[in-house]
Amino acid sequence: MIAIETINLEKTYAVGFWRKRPRVALRPLNLTVEEGEVFGFLGPNGAGKTTTLKLLMGLVIPTGGTARILGKDIADPEVKAQIGFLPEQPYFYDYLTAKELLEYYGQLSGVQAGVNAKDRSRKIDALLERVGLKDAARLQLRKFSKGMLQRVGLAQAILHDPKVVFLDEPMSGLDPTGRREVRDLMEELKQQGKTVFFSTHILSDAEAICDRVAVIHRGELRGVGRVADLTSSVAGKVELIWHGSSVPSGFSALGAECHISGATMRAVLPEAQQEAALEILRRERLRLISLTPVLFSLEEYFLQKVNPATQPAGGAQ
Amino acid sequence: MSRVGYIAVNTFREAVRDRVLYNLVAFALLLSGAAILVGQISIDIERLVVVNLGLTAVSLFGVVIAIFIGIGLVSKEIDKKTLYTVLSRPVRRWEFVVGKFLGLSGTLFVNTFFMAIGVFAALLYVSTPHRFQSSDAWILVALFFIVLQFVILCSLALLFSSFSTPVESAVFTFALFVIGSFAEDLRGFARMSHGLTRWLATGAAYLVPNFSALNVIGQVAHGQPISAHLIAYNTAYAVAYSAMAICGAVLIFERRNLK
Repeated sequence: MIAIETINLEKTYAVGFWRKRPRVALRPLNLTVEEGEVFGFLGPNGAGKTTTLKLLMGLVIPTGGTARILGKDIADPEVKAQIGFLPEQPYFYDYLTAKELLEYYGQLSGVQAGVNAKDRSRKIDALLERVGLKDAARLQLRKFSKGMLQRVGLAQAILHDPKVVFLDEPMSGLDPTGRREVRDLMEELKQQGKTVFFSTHILSDAEAICDRVAVIHRGELRGVGRVADLTSSVAGKVELIWHGSSVPSGFSALGAECHISGATMRAVLPEAQQEAALEILRRERLRLISLTPVLFSLEEYFLQKVNPATQPAGGAQ
Repeated sequence: MSRVGYIAVNTFREAVRDRVLYNLVAFALLLSGAAILVGQISIDIERLVVVNLGLTAVSLFGVVIAIFIGIGLVSKEIDKKTLYTVLSRPVRRWEFVVGKFLGLSGTLFVNTFFMAIGVFAALLYVSTPHRFQSSDAWILVALFFIVLQFVILCSLALLFSSFSTPVESAVFTFALFVIGSFAEDLRGFARMSHGLTRWLATGAAYLVPNFSALNVIGQVAHGQPISAHLIAYNTAYAVAYSAMAICGAVLIFERRNLK
């Protein structure tokens, strides 16, 4: 079943004081995300990621097109009970404690229905423990660090057990431990069968977690694909690593890019020159350590989509 | 409780935690000082002075709170982006606006309640013997009208803050409060005018909130009764006027992009 579907969803703002000029924030976007997928929405800053998320959350009104979540139009308020949202750099009511904030959001999401106050309180305590804020539950949010606020943000996004979770730059402001914890949480959500749609410009995070990714640039969708497919594509190049401290003569003629790292040498060259390169190493009596085909990384896919003039480098740098 | 109720309670909690009700301390000090001073310098008009001074202070303190909190009710939530995590839940925009309005109105009601206790305490202090008179009950009506003024001001502040900056909202709301306080004079001027001026003055006189009809401080200070007709009319007027302003705020807010 399709969890998220956008059909020609677009947004244009009118900018300027007297003479309004149109500024396209999102060109007609057609995208589908299957239920249970972890979907990465990639793009540089200002690409249109947050605009898309705001359109899906009903915070911004689309200029054209529509979107459906779990088969229902996004304008349908009932949809909102099934989704969780973490905005970019979240701000919360800083006069509340973490526990009060979650209780308030729980009330707005209808979490209290059929649940007594004690059970609800226990659920919130468990959630705060899960995001590592057990000891700060009764602390006002104005005393929280950026990382702690991000954790509260994650807690409020999953508080009501939503089926689809939208996260806007969830790793932003987190230290390496925090980022790891968020990744673990997203894995956990996936195991529970939730759909996770998250925007990021940190490609290593997307590569580690996502089933599929989409690349957006200047408000335009540039590409969509499965991470496994994108990173298993052979780039038509091979990587050679051998013991040695200098580049054998003849390698440059093969079009190889060579790097020295201590007592090992690394060269990336076209697959067609593989045999010639091995012959040179044999002739020079150099010990080969490895010969591997070069695979695309998500970064190369991203750069290719964002800047089509960039040719896949095949990991040569 | 409904979602509107939860938003209203949270708005009230925000006002309390942000120490808005601390103004009550300043009010209590002002009124106690005034009561003692008036008791010493006034002869036979202590009660008149205390009621006038007390109710005027209640009104001014409340007006300041209504305007300065009201203008930030929506704009602050947009600026701080706290609205994002509220409206991404099953909360309709009108529920948010109405909840905010009720929360601030509730805050002002509680504020007025405590200030009213101060007024009655000061009145008791300057009365000889220290006893209330039956005409003092009209003070409650004056306080009720003051609360109605606050309700209208809250709705106007909310209306302006749904499309303009906090500073502009404050200026517009305060300007309407001042003009509305002279609404009866404006209506009188309209009646005496001719031609286009009459049309414009009449339109303006009925568009601005009629705060002068809601000001009965002078009457109750002199122990004069307030007619049931005026109470019913003012109540209906305040409810209708606020409802229209809130509807306007909702209509604008429904179409607003939260950038």
